[in-house]
Amino acid sequence: MGRTIVCRCEDVTIEDLKQAFSEGYRDLESLKRYTGFATGFCQGKCCLAHAARFLSALKGGDDTVADPTRTRPLLHPTPASRFAGAAEPMEDE
Amino acid sequence: MRDRAELVIIGGGIVGLSLAYHLARMGMTDVVVLEQGYLCFGASGRNGGGIRQQWSTEVNIRLAQQSVRMFKQLARETGHNIWFRQGGYLFLARDARIAAELEKTVKLQNRLGVPTRLISPAMARRLVEGLNTEGVEVCSYNSTDGVLFPWPAVWGMATVVRNLGVEINTFTRVTGIDVKDNHVVKVVTDRGAVATHRVVNAAGAWSWQIARLAGLELPNKPYRHEILVTEPLKPFLEPMVSDLSDGTYFSQTMRGEILGGIADPQEPSSMETNSSFRFLARMCNSMIRILPRLSRVKILRQWAGYYDETPDGQPILGRVKPVEGFVQLNGFGGHGFMLAPAVGKIAAEWLLRKQDHQIFHTYDLGRFERGETRKENFTIG
Repeated sequence: MGRTIVCRCEDVTIEDLKQAFSEGYRDLESLKRYTGFATGFCQGKCCLAHAARFLSALKGGDDTVADPTRTRPLLHPTPASRFAGAAEPMEDE
Repeated sequence: MRDRAELVIIGGGIVGLSLAYHLARMGMTDVVVLEQGYLCFGASGRNGGGIRQQWSTEVNIRLAQQSVRMFKQLARETGHNIWFRQGGYLFLARDARIAAELEKTVKLQNRLGVPTRLISPAMARRLVEGLNTEGVEVCSYNSTDGVLFPWPAVWGMATVVRNLGVEINTFTRVTGIDVKDNHVVKVVTDRGAVATHRVVNAAGAWSWQIARLAGLELPNKPYRHEILVTEPLKPFLEPMVSDLSDGTYFSQTMRGEILGGIADPQEPSSMETNSSFRFLARMCNSMIRILPRLSRVKILRQWAGYYDETPDGQPILGRVKPVEGFVQLNGFGGHGFMLAPAVGKIAAEWLLRKQDHQIFHTYDLGRFERGETRKENFTIG
C-alpha cells in the first residue's frame, strides 16, 4: 500500500493504523491516542473521517466504530492573548 | 473473560496497572484487570504528566523519589518511550506565608536527598527566559523533577502485564461486588462475573461508586480539573513552572507543546468533563502574566479529567475493616500518576509477600475516624 498518509499534521500512515490495530487498539479513541492522528494542528478536521472509515473497514465494515472522538474547544487554533482579556467574571453560556 | 482469579483490580489506570505490573513481575499473574473504558480513559490519560519530588511530607517525598527512579527505567522495561524529561520544577511563591512554607519543605526535601534549592527571582529568570517575577518573593527549584507523556506509560505497563499472562478487560463495567459473611466473593461486570477473594479498588474518580457496591462509604469526592495544550514550539522551556498563589502550572512537552492547567477554588465536586470558557480565560491570563512571551502562542485544545480528592489530600490505601478482601488504592487527587510506580510496587509486595509498609498505616481509611490526618500542603489545583 506504500506510504498513504491519513493524518497530515502528525504524519500518521495507514500502516501505523494497521500496526496499532494489530496491537489491540481497536476503538477510535485508542487508535487516535496510539497513533497520534487528530492530535495535531487541525485536531482531526482533516483525518478523523479517514481514520474512522479505515477502522470500520478493518473491523469488517462495522460502522459502530465510526462514532467520532470527543470534540473539544478550540474550533481553530487561537492565540492565548485573545482569551486573556476575558478575565475571571466571564461565565459559560 | 476469566471467571475466577486470585485478585481482581478495578481500574485500568496507572495505579491499577502499576500494581498488576509489579505483581506479574513477581510471578503472580492470576489477576484480572477491569477497565470501564479504553486504556487512558480516566485521569491517567488526561493529566499533564508532571513528576515531582517537591512535597511537604516525608512519606510523599519518599514515594516520589522512588517513583522517579522507576520512571527512569520504565521505557527500557516496557519498550514504550514515555518521553520522560527531567527539566526540573520551578515553584513561584508570591507571599511571605507561602515563602515560609517553601523554606520548611525545602529543608525536609534536602534532608531526604532531594536537591531542591530556594532561589531568588533573578535566578529563576535565568532558568526561564522572559519569566515575569514581579511580585515573586522566592522560588524553589529542583532539577530532578520532570514531565513525561502519560499515555505510553499506561500502554507500556499494560503490554508487559498482558504478555506475562494477566487479563486486562477494557470496556468492562463493574456492576456489583458480592460480599458474603464480610468477605469479598465475586466481582460482577456487564460482561460476566469473576469469582475472587480479593478486589482492589483502583478506580480513581469512580472509587466512591465502586466502594458502595461493596457497602462501603468513602470520603473521596471527584472534581473536574481542566487543562489545555498549545501548538508545538521549538524547545525553550526547561522546567515545569508553577505559581503557588493560584495553582497555575505549565511545561513544555517533548512534542514541543505548552501544556498546563490552573486550580479553580469554585469548581464543585462532579463527574463532569466538559470544557469551560472560564478555565480557558483564567489559564490564558495567568500563563501570560507569568510568561508574557506566551501571549501569541496558539491554543489548540482544552480538555478535562478528574481529581479523586480526599478530605486531607492524601490517598486511601490498604485494607478496609468491615469487608475482608477489599483493598483501597485511590484518592490520589492530582498526583496519582507520579506516585503510582512506587505505590504499585509497595502494594504488590504487601499483597504477595505480606511485606508491611508505613503507607498502609499513614494512609488507611481509619485515619479520618481517629483524627490522625496530616494534610499535604503542596497540592496544585
